Amino acid sequence: MKKTVFLGALTVAGLAAGASAAATLDDVKARGKLNCGVTTGLVGFAAPDANGEWKGFDVGVCRAVAAAVFGDPTAVEFVPTTGKTRFTALASGEIDMLARNTTWTFSRDVDLKFEFVGVNYYDGQGFMVPKDLGVGSAKDLDGATVCIQTGTTTELNLADFFRANNISYEPVPIETNAEAQQQYLAGACDVYTTDASGLAATRATFEDPAAHVLLPEIVSKEPLGPLVRHGDNEWADVVRWSLNALIAAEEMGITSANVEELSAGTNNPEVNRILGTEGNLGEMLGLSADWAKNAIMAGGNYAELFEKNIGETTPIGLARGLNAQWTDGGLLYSPPFR
Amino acid sequence: MSNFQTNPVAFVREGMIPSAPPPYTAGGPIKWLRENLFATPANALLTIVAAYVIYLVLASTLPWVLNGVWTANSLAECREILNGTSGACLAVLTERWPQLLFGFKYPSDQYWRPALAFALLFVAVAPVLFFDLPRKLLTITALYPFVAFWLIWGGTILAPILALVGCVGGYLVYQRFVKGSFAIGFFGGIAAAFVIWMVGGALIPDGASENSILTAIPSRDLGGFMLNMMLGVTCVSLSIPIGIALALGRQSRLPLIKIICVVFIEFIRGVPLITLLFVANVMLAYFFPPNSSVDLFLRVVIMITMFSAAYIAEVIRGGLAALPTGQYEAANSLGLDYAQAMRLIILPQALKISIPGIVNVAVGLFKDTTLVSVISMFDLLGMIRGPILASTEWNGVYWELLGFAALLFFVVCYGISQYSQWLERRLATGHR
Repeated sequence: MKKTVFLGALTVAGLAAGASAAATLDDVKARGKLNCGVTTGLVGFAAPDANGEWKGFDVGVCRAVAAAVFGDPTAVEFVPTTGKTRFTALASGEIDMLARNTTWTFSRDVDLKFEFVGVNYYDGQGFMVPKDLGVGSAKDLDGATVCIQTGTTTELNLADFFRANNISYEPVPIETNAEAQQQYLAGACDVYTTDASGLAATRATFEDPAAHVLLPEIVSKEPLGPLVRHGDNEWADVVRWSLNALIAAEEMGITSANVEELSAGTNNPEVNRILGTEGNLGEMLGLSADWAKNAIMAGGNYAELFEKNIGETTPIGLARGLNAQWTDGGLLYSPPFR
Repeated sequence: MSNFQTNPVAFVREGMIPSAPPPYTAGGPIKWLRENLFATPANALLTIVAAYVIYLVLASTLPWVLNGVWTANSLAECREILNGTSGACLAVLTERWPQLLFGFKYPSDQYWRPALAFALLFVAVAPVLFFDLPRKLLTITALYPFVAFWLIWGGTILAPILALVGCVGGYLVYQRFVKGSFAIGFFGGIAAAFVIWMVGGALIPDGASENSILTAIPSRDLGGFMLNMMLGVTCVSLSIPIGIALALGRQSRLPLIKIICVVFIEFIRGVPLITLLFVANVMLAYFFPPNSSVDLFLRVVIMITMFSAAYIAEVIRGGLAALPTGQYEAANSLGLDYAQAMRLIILPQALKISIPGIVNVAVGLFKDTTLVSVISMFDLLGMIRGPILASTEWNGVYWELLGFAALLFFVVCYGISQYSQWLERRLATGHR
């Protein structure tokens, strides 16, 4: 009992030490590098290529923030984290921000004392079935065997969905995505369920992807976004508005190709404010006037990042879906730059 | 009588018959087959079944490997080349070869450094492993850790030199005082080494690493099989002396030392290695100030060394317990003090008994180094499970990569095992 109290006190002291190290922006600037936590490897979202260069959708967010702060998208130290180490790495100050396909949930935001600054990918749990099963909707899956990763929220979502629709299923518990792929291909289960982006990436590796379909039902909300520590609002603002700049850039039609040209001055005042030719938004953040221009030049606007890493031209082939701009019926909606 | 002489005998042999070969069933491969594979009906049946199983395994794997594609840029390209036939996509090994061996962040123009360190490793361990070699070669072994450290991490050459000077200084102090009392010599030596490191550490200028001959490479950039080898070699070689000390401490008559050793061993053995690794990676970060954390590699080495030292201590304790009390009494009756008795009589016999156990721990430890992949270090398995399988080109290549990893580990572990068997034969001085 006493030991527990002691350890608890130590943890609190450690957390307090982490939290009191405010002014992350100053630390980052003094260090000359952004420490950005990413996954150890997730297809399309973050993985080093054959030359050791980190590539991916989450990596693009890190680079945009680094470009906004330093004007240099390569001033990032990527710290690979696993699902188990990511939160402690952020809480202890080892990383300045975490961009690791992390779902924004109440307890992570409130109880773990983090600050989700936005959503860069709206994911949700989906189903994949072989095409010759002839199933067109998840509601037709009565009595199906389902491959499901144990100990995840997907397991609970699955149970909820089948109960709500009053149909039965047979779970086949598996441990990892790799195992799930083999089990599913071997026919050990009729259905494989996990996050829709994961399903698409998995399907892309099959010998014959066209023989498998993703069902239209999405049974959970998984908003994935970058997060920072509680208690340093200036730094949270930098990350939040770097992400918003990418989203707004797509909406305003600013791309990495025309950003140079547009930053000479346009007739659209909001574009001018984003690119720093009007107003002093950069100064308010404690950054240079061309911060957003640098962020956009790092890897392009949101649409360019999406298309390059996970979009329909890549093997992963994700459609924009919920991740389209609000003007196109999606959920991406950046607050105005004013 | 003449009858006999005139009646000629039909045939008389005049010379020796040339020796004929034995019947074909009593020698050569057929005899071997009969004795070993088809001695009894049950044996014959087992042989046939086993041969069939081997055939099945080879028939399914060999074409797969031989038909393998060695040059392609992605799994999809592999499949295009194979065009529906079964075959391995070994191109992933050729494309990611340096990453599998050195990790993805080690600068590619510096690969020669760990490669050279690896080659020197054989020179350095040879005099330790094969004690027929001249003893002077041990100097190379003593210098090796410093050279290897400098080669792999680079940076200022002053750091390894300082470490070396500290060790030499400590050793000299130990030599000077050990005649009086072992304790004074031992602790005096440690204190002297620390003083040298402190003073020297303050003398090295801050920016010394920036313009050094070999570029400094942070521990975070190490990876691949190199990381497994480094962790394995460092931790095994550190944990054997610590394990010996713990085993002796556990038998000590001084209650304090005994209690410390027992608690340490039992605690470490009672905790899974993966827990210790998480402590090294996650918890320790809370206890250090944010900017002055101890190197992750060092933290992991400490934890793995503690873990294997506890196991080795128990193995050696088994060896000590196996010695007859007469050996201890004989050492005492010769008038040897504790250190001499241990060094000259007890430990050589106890360690000889413990060899299979120690090798068992060493092999297990070497494979356990792959656990560091769960704390996001990119060892061989971490490279495969993380970056390589997560790249859009190679997602889905499981058998080739994991088979390759298994092959590498098998080669090393089998080598260790063969060496230990040689060592046992060599040391068999005959109590049987």
